[in-house]
Amino acid sequence: MRKNENSLFFGVDKITVATYALLVFMGWLNIYAAVFNEDHQNIFDTTQKYGKQLIWISSAAFIAFMILIIDAGFFTVFSYVFYAVLLLACVAVPYLGREVKGSRSWFRFGDFGIQPAEFMKFATNLALAKFLSNVNIEVEDTRRKRLSDILKNYKNTIIAAIFLGLPLLIIKLLQDETGLAIVFVAFIITLYREGLSVNFLIFGLLSALLFVLSLVMEQQTLIIVLASIAAVSILFIKRSRKNIIIVAVILSAACGVVLGTNYVYNHLEDHQRIRIDVLLGRGTVNLKKEGYNVNQAKIAIGSGGFFGKGYLQGTQTKYDFVPEQDTDFIFCTVGEEWGFVGSSVVILLELFLILRVIFMAERQRSPFSRIYGYGVASVLFFHVAVNVGMTIGLMPVIGIPLPFFSYGGSSLWSFTILLFIFIKLDANRLVILR
Amino acid sequence: MNNSNLSDRKFIISAFFIVVVIIYISRLFYLQIIDDQYKLDARNNAFRYRTEYPVRGYIYDRNGKLMVYNEPSYDLIVTPKLAKGADTLALCKILEITRDEYIRRMKKASQAPNSPRKESVFEKQLSPKIYAALQEKLYRFKGFDVQARTVRKYPRPIAAHLLGYVGEVSKEKAAKDPYYREGDYIGISGIERSYEEELRGKKGTQIVMVDVHNKTKGRFMDGLYDTLAIPGKALFSSIDIELQEYGEKLMAGKKGAIVAIEPSTGEILCLVSSPGYDPNLLVGGKERSRNYTKLYYDSLNLPLFNRALTAMYPPGSTFKLIDALIAQQDDLINRHTVYPCHNGYPPMGGHPACHSHPSTDLPGSIATSCNSYYSYVFREITDQKKYPKFEDGYNHWRDAVRSFGPNTKLGTDLPYDKPGNVPSVEYYNKIFGKGHWRSNTVVSLGIGQAELTLVPLQMANVVASIANRGYFYTPHCIKGVGVEKSLDKRFKEKHFTYVQNQLAYDNVLDGMQSCVDAGTGRASKLKDIIVCGKTGTAENPHGKDHAVFSAFAPREKPKIAIVCFIENAGFGGTWSAPIVGLMIEKYLTRKVTRPDVEKRMIEANLIKGTNLLGR
Repeated sequence: MRKNENSLFFGVDKITVATYALLVFMGWLNIYAAVFNEDHQNIFDTTQKYGKQLIWISSAAFIAFMILIIDAGFFTVFSYVFYAVLLLACVAVPYLGREVKGSRSWFRFGDFGIQPAEFMKFATNLALAKFLSNVNIEVEDTRRKRLSDILKNYKNTIIAAIFLGLPLLIIKLLQDETGLAIVFVAFIITLYREGLSVNFLIFGLLSALLFVLSLVMEQQTLIIVLASIAAVSILFIKRSRKNIIIVAVILSAACGVVLGTNYVYNHLEDHQRIRIDVLLGRGTVNLKKEGYNVNQAKIAIGSGGFFGKGYLQGTQTKYDFVPEQDTDFIFCTVGEEWGFVGSSVVILLELFLILRVIFMAERQRSPFSRIYGYGVASVLFFHVAVNVGMTIGLMPVIGIPLPFFSYGGSSLWSFTILLFIFIKLDANRLVILR
Repeated sequence: MNNSNLSDRKFIISAFFIVVVIIYISRLFYLQIIDDQYKLDARNNAFRYRTEYPVRGYIYDRNGKLMVYNEPSYDLIVTPKLAKGADTLALCKILEITRDEYIRRMKKASQAPNSPRKESVFEKQLSPKIYAALQEKLYRFKGFDVQARTVRKYPRPIAAHLLGYVGEVSKEKAAKDPYYREGDYIGISGIERSYEEELRGKKGTQIVMVDVHNKTKGRFMDGLYDTLAIPGKALFSSIDIELQEYGEKLMAGKKGAIVAIEPSTGEILCLVSSPGYDPNLLVGGKERSRNYTKLYYDSLNLPLFNRALTAMYPPGSTFKLIDALIAQQDDLINRHTVYPCHNGYPPMGGHPACHSHPSTDLPGSIATSCNSYYSYVFREITDQKKYPKFEDGYNHWRDAVRSFGPNTKLGTDLPYDKPGNVPSVEYYNKIFGKGHWRSNTVVSLGIGQAELTLVPLQMANVVASIANRGYFYTPHCIKGVGVEKSLDKRFKEKHFTYVQNQLAYDNVLDGMQSCVDAGTGRASKLKDIIVCGKTGTAENPHGKDHAVFSAFAPREKPKIAIVCFIENAGFGGTWSAPIVGLMIEKYLTRKVTRPDVEKRMIEANLIKGTNLLGR
């Protein structure tokens, strides 16, 4: 037993590693299918994407191995450093990197490219965990409900929001990578686990609901409905001055959201506005233009049927009807060739991994590890939900990859680092006890 | 909040994740299993169904000689999207079209129901010259390709009416019949029309997979679901191509028809309609429509009008044979019956009129074609005691006549089966008023005049039934379909006429024989073959009489029953009888022993100077 404890891989969660390996392997199979071409059948052909992906996979395995042999303390200690360095890289890349297909988020090395924004995910997660694990004790100690305490709580929340907002804004504004930027919203789940007031979430959800409603309904109608709800609620609650003020504040906030929707909507970029229109079925969607991606994705998945058309037998994905089928729309290949069975298995595997991470997070003694674990789960979940959601028409099209599945070195590396740091932290939980 | 409270949030978070996944899987279930639309869309995306056109069946004559075959023809097709940058000017030059025309066609090929990504026909049935010129330079015209189709070809320029022609299917037909798509060919008349389903074969489909750029990527499942085109079946016709050709030659310069039937089978040996046209004229794209228009507007000769099947002629005296048979069957007359004739039918003051001849018995009345005799016979039949009411007597006569084929649809294997007309009681009631007409009123029916009309094919059928002594087979011009040479069973069924009294036939045949040997039909007399015939000179309200001659030969075991109608030619004995004689000889002996008659008949031009009023 003692010998085992000294082993490098002592305490490493085998189930997680196995799930990870399985997902990566399945991902590679589907990339092969998506770009399959009779002329290039050699799987090691590095001019083809599946050949390159093999390089990415083996290098990711090396990175995972390195993370496992590095002392866990390294990540805790250098959390802020990682964060700061990568943030700088994100700022620098639009100026130093080479432009690829109009995107300013890449550092290129020959045929291969790296997106620093991808690595911002684990760095931010580390930094957030570090910050929250330091302030956590204070939060837990204060049980009074005085205004000053609430403000105190909010102070930490605001700092946390800055940790998340910085990369979000930099990536969005400087690199114009909506998909990479919006991921940082996912950390709200971590914040919620660590004590973020439910009111925030309710407020957020209601705002989102109102946003959607005001896009699909007449604005006046919606405001009248809101006012009526307010009026009715005043009838049923204790009509204290405080309550009335609260109702009035909520009502005006709601109206503000409704009225603001148009402003926000009209100030979105064209393609984003169209994506929202496509999702909500607003106006007439031209399936040859703005609706093309989503429609073709749905056709590919829908034509898969129960068992799918069989490996390499997909016509929609193989013959390029689905755009970005090896990266953001890789799930279409799964849906077409493996059918309902295959796509459910993939989603359930991703879910299993996420729930496993949550389970592991909850068994941590160190808040840092727990918070980091939740960050991992949140980021993975966000990617899966948005990526799969857009291919089946439940989410607007946002260019983010399916974890471990999509083609691409940066995203595979980034998810690998994100996950394996946590596996290392988890393996270390017993060491910390001693 | 304490830590344990916050720890509970793990359940909420996990539950949230699980709920989202359940929603997604339900959505997948809907997309992939319940909703079929996407499967259809996927097929439309990636599959192209390419039609393989089958080869249309050949047609052979009764001796295995080729009547119709196919020749390859080429359509120029274009995929507009791929044609960008083609050498337009050079192409226009080859096709002999203007640039504007090019642009117009390109536009048509790009718009619905065509599509810029799909192939559509740019120029149909390229002429061999253009095809040769194009083939060399095709590589320069990106997006253009030639598609092989076939067109009909006729080794001999005959039998146009009988064979019919093939043309593009009409929009209405294409909409109704799922087999056809616009632009497909279909038999429009004649045998091509009535045997369309046998001749056309079955189209095959190749399922080809294409990528998003419409580039072919290979066959779906290596062709597992492809269907091969099944070639059309060959037709073995009963037509004797030599006889048909000879008949058309004899009828040159005359309007009318010759129909010959083999009595023992009902097989049509020839079906001549004159004037005819070269069937090769109605083949091909541009030329076809140009020629068709020309033929269509020839209102003087009506060359597209199939007289053999659809011209309703009064049968004239040839009809007397039927009266003679019915009256004998009813025991009203016998071989020795004699009726008075004073240059006409005495009871009606000499009408219908007749020529001078001695009083005759039954066979003699046929040989001399006595009008008075058959006026009496007609009255005997309609006014016989069995039917106290005249109308019943008339109907009895009419039904007996119809049992030989007149006024019925014979049900041949050719389109446009016209019944002819044996007027009904109702018809005459309308004209004369009920009870205001009697046998003498309509007595000229007895000699094949008045409102009585037949088409030549029906008359030939009447002759065949007489030759057979009481039955006929439905006339047909195809004796076998496909390698198995199958024949519809309706052509194997004997139809018996009202007259089954064999003695009656002996008497009538005696009359017919002497008609040819020494009577009005002398011009058809042959040296070693006993021909039985009957002349007819059908009065015709539109002009000069139609010359009719019906005959069969030999008398025993008849091989050919034949009818010849020549419009506005005068006496049947003068024009139709010699032609029938030549035809019989040609068919039975394969040679002609009277070249002088032949020459006279071929050279006779009876069309000039006649004026056809609208028919």
